[in-house]
Amino acid sequence: MLEAIPNNVNLSDDPKLQRALLRWQPQFKEWWLDMGPDGFQKDEIYLRTAVSVEPGGWAHWDTVKLPDYRFGIFLAGPRKLEEIYFGDNIGRKLWTQVPGEFRKELRRLIVTQGDTEPASVEQQRQLGKTAPSLIDLRALFQVNAEEARHLWAMVYLLHSHFGSDGRAEAEELLQRRSGHPDHPRILQAFNKPIRDWLAFFCFTTFTDRDGKFQLASLAESSFDPLARTTNFMLTEEAFHMATGEKGVGRVIERTAQLMRAGTDPAAVGAIPLGVIQKYINEWSSATFDLFGAEDSSNAATFFAAGLKGRFQEGSDKRYADHVALEGAYEAEVYEGGHWTRKEIPKRRAMNAYLLDAYEDECRRVVGKWNKVLERYDIGETLTLPSLRFNRKVGIYSDQPYDAHGQPITRAALDAEIERLLPNPDDYALVERCMVPVYAPGKVANWIAPPDKGVGGKPADFAYVRFH
Amino acid sequence: MTSAILAQPAAGQSGAVIETQTHPGQYRHWKLRCEGPVAHLIMDVREDAGLHPGYELRLNSYDLGVDIELADAVTRLRFEHPEVSVVVLTSGKDNVFCAGANIFMLRQASHPFKVNFCKYTNETRLAMEEATRESGQYYLAALNGVCSGGGYELALACQEIHLIDDRSSAVSLPEAPYLGVLPGTGGLTRVVDKRHVRRDLADVFATLAEGVKGQRAKEWKLVDAVHPKSQWSAAIARRAQELVKPGRPQRGIALEPLDKRREADRIDYSHVTLSVDRAARTARLELRGPHTAAPLPAEPAQAGSRWYPLALFRELDDALVELRLNFETIGVLTLHAQGDLDKVLAVDELLARHRHDWFVREVLLLMRRTLKRLDLTARSVFALVEPGSCFGGFLCEPALAADRIYMIDDPHQPTALALSPLNNGSFPMGNGLARLAQRFLDDPARVAALQLDTRPRFSPQEALAAGLVTAAPDSLDWDDELRIAVEERASLSPDALTGMEANLRFAGPETMETKIFGRLSAWQNWIFQRPNATGERGALSLYGEPASPEFDPRRT
Ligand SMILES: [Fe+2]
Ligand SMILES: [Fe+2]
Repeated sequence: MLEAIPNNVNLSDDPKLQRALLRWQPQFKEWWLDMGPDGFQKDEIYLRTAVSVEPGGWAHWDTVKLPDYRFGIFLAGPRKLEEIYFGDNIGRKLWTQVPGEFRKELRRLIVTQGDTEPASVEQQRQLGKTAPSLIDLRALFQVNAEEARHLWAMVYLLHSHFGSDGRAEAEELLQRRSGHPDHPRILQAFNKPIRDWLAFFCFTTFTDRDGKFQLASLAESSFDPLARTTNFMLTEEAFHMATGEKGVGRVIERTAQLMRAGTDPAAVGAIPLGVIQKYINEWSSATFDLFGAEDSSNAATFFAAGLKGRFQEGSDKRYADHVALEGAYEAEVYEGGHWTRKEIPKRRAMNAYLLDAYEDECRRVVGKWNKVLERYDIGETLTLPSLRFNRKVGIYSDQPYDAHGQPITRAALDAEIERLLPNPDDYALVERCMVPVYAPGKVANWIAPPDKGVGGKPADFAYVRFH
Repeated sequence: MTSAILAQPAAGQSGAVIETQTHPGQYRHWKLRCEGPVAHLIMDVREDAGLHPGYELRLNSYDLGVDIELADAVTRLRFEHPEVSVVVLTSGKDNVFCAGANIFMLRQASHPFKVNFCKYTNETRLAMEEATRESGQYYLAALNGVCSGGGYELALACQEIHLIDDRSSAVSLPEAPYLGVLPGTGGLTRVVDKRHVRRDLADVFATLAEGVKGQRAKEWKLVDAVHPKSQWSAAIARRAQELVKPGRPQRGIALEPLDKRREADRIDYSHVTLSVDRAARTARLELRGPHTAAPLPAEPAQAGSRWYPLALFRELDDALVELRLNFETIGVLTLHAQGDLDKVLAVDELLARHRHDWFVREVLLLMRRTLKRLDLTARSVFALVEPGSCFGGFLCEPALAADRIYMIDDPHQPTALALSPLNNGSFPMGNGLARLAQRFLDDPARVAALQLDTRPRFSPQEALAAGLVTAAPDSLDWDDELRIAVEERASLSPDALTGMEANLRFAGPETMETKIFGRLSAWQNWIFQRPNATGERGALSLYGEPASPEFDPRRT
């Protein structure tokens, strides 16, 4: 059964990997059936499958049933550099095996990253029932299948490089379950269900983008297999983010159309702009916390060891200093009644650098959404809340800040949260909009149609054929 | 009660005075909840309430302040809540039981402070084990989340360990891989000596930074049971109920605050005075005899916390902790007992007669712990038997713990020292021996020859002949001999003395307890001193810092 696994890691000549997968793959299949999309198992879906790393090989289009999806194992091609280029080991050869002294750190990085991949599939498993169109339903399944493949990618590293302990960890990645009372997922943000499609589009915009930045920083790793695995995953991640970005954009477009025509969106089963803003606030601020504390000793260790770099560490355009032992990251925090400048030694501030790069990109995305609003000329804009808003982790978590990043009291923050994050009425309103539309070419009333089809097919193609 | 003057700084070189006394109303880091026979001791450390500035007590990590509260709770449970037969030790925080001693606190601490902190911490853990064994208060560790380093050491001090099985929470001893030091406050020793974890598995465990979780932790005997999250509270409650023992005393006593007054160079208690001479690096610890030896009430516990032997030893215990923490540079401690020897022996007789009563038994156990604390205090201790002194029976025991005993031989002022049956078994040392038995390791018959049942009294020459005292100078020589002995002692290397005394004090067999302290004093402290841990490039120095450690590769 292993022959069917597309790969470029020489699986057929690797008895160690074969043995591990023989045991793990059946468990994975069970998980994919139990925790993958709820329903739709007999339906034929037009999906992209990665079959090789050659140009175009990552996107082989075909009609498949979900249980038959072929999950592959791929490393991106060799890197141009052969030497470590940041941290304490600059100039040494890249590691092709796990250095014993960094086993614990690498294991932790891989398990934490790996845990998020199946988690998001679990969080999204009910959404198929309320898809606003076939093309969106297809996109959902595509994201799910690729997240599951990302799990394979991390499991490959555990199986190949961490011995029996790695095999045990790989099994536990299938045993933890999003929101499970006994064995939840490791990171809290991955334990709440993604309850509706607006949440799904926000999740793929903001939380998958965290995934992108984490993967990008791992793609700099001196541990070459990790770098090349994550590098390949980034290709797929870009599609997930595009699904989110375009999805939210289409919701905004539909709402703007209605507002322009003087129609109250809520009255016709669409979503008011204020609710969209609240969803943006909710998912962006929850994702900020995923980056971890701005001042982090773990982050320093990961950088020093050369395990995790900054965003685009290898591109000299961004950073001249790859040792990062001198100088400090500076942040303004409000402490004891006045603003103070907090200096964090660079290496300990690696999470902060990554978060800043992330925030930049989020602002650009919100900017694009505002372009949509501009076209309809309704005098409204959307905003990204400040990095300081509603934080549970890091240097902004002690003192509450409002969405503009200004200090407020704890009580005022509670009031702001009430005002700025979705409340039960908002969720109920969005839920009422969620009616499935499964006719080819048709879309639900709360979202604009996509501008074009995918995979070389027209927008009204039957991307999912029900059986 | 005299109001305590506590704010005045008096602590040698280490800055602010560390307050050694507390009570549940003042706890910042623990909650003690008693529900009939089951008590919950809940660790919920306040991040911003560290003993010193410069670190935050994240993730239920602890410093000495946290441990002083724990020690207080363990003692109070025994006196104030004798009805409790099961103590569930758990955390008030989600997903984390305890991350161990705070690394940033350890890093900024002076070496003597670090050692005294570890020692005190282990004394508290031994007190928990003693409570389980001797007082029928069974400690159950309910690890509701990550449990690492000192957190797991704390769990190891419990009789039974339960771990939540959420596929993430692990027990671990990551000191060696992360910090380049040892889980040396009993961690390694208890893993193999108490829980009998196989040595090769223990070797893997102690180098596995991420620890061991779930079923495997149970298989390796690192924990006794694992429970899924949804059944956690019910499973712990059920197990606690199973362990409840009926027939416990129902009414405890209140441990009232100590009568304690602090001045710059002395602390006065009702029956104890500790006074220091900083320039000479000496201290005088005076214990005063009882005013009366009135019989105990029908219900002995009604005598309360002011009952002489209890009050005396609580004060002595506190004075020893004070000496260790707040008077770092004092090298020689002279021990004095002033009072009426007849009354002391009358109290001794009461203790012996009522030793099966729960309250008197607890008093005897508290004495035992205090005397062990004295054994483990790294100061040279000379007991001085002078005119008017009352070292007798239980009150002779501190003298037997001393490194030397000097007794004045003055025909004009007869001086005596007395023994009683309590000296032969009621106050075993950490190695399990009575101090008298250990004194005569060469010939056990010498203890029998003392005829302790008669509560014998010894004149200076008799005491010398019996081997009870080191020297018996006459009154003309006394002052000079003592002055020279103390001055000479104070001039020797403090480190050499600490090592020498620890070697000589614990002759006889090894027990888990002596091993722990022996290894704590030697291995742990040695490693703490080495450049590989605390040098500029040492692992402890650089933990959480941007730079990576560099080791001197030579094995010793
Ligand atoms: Fe992913
Ligand atoms: Fe993704």
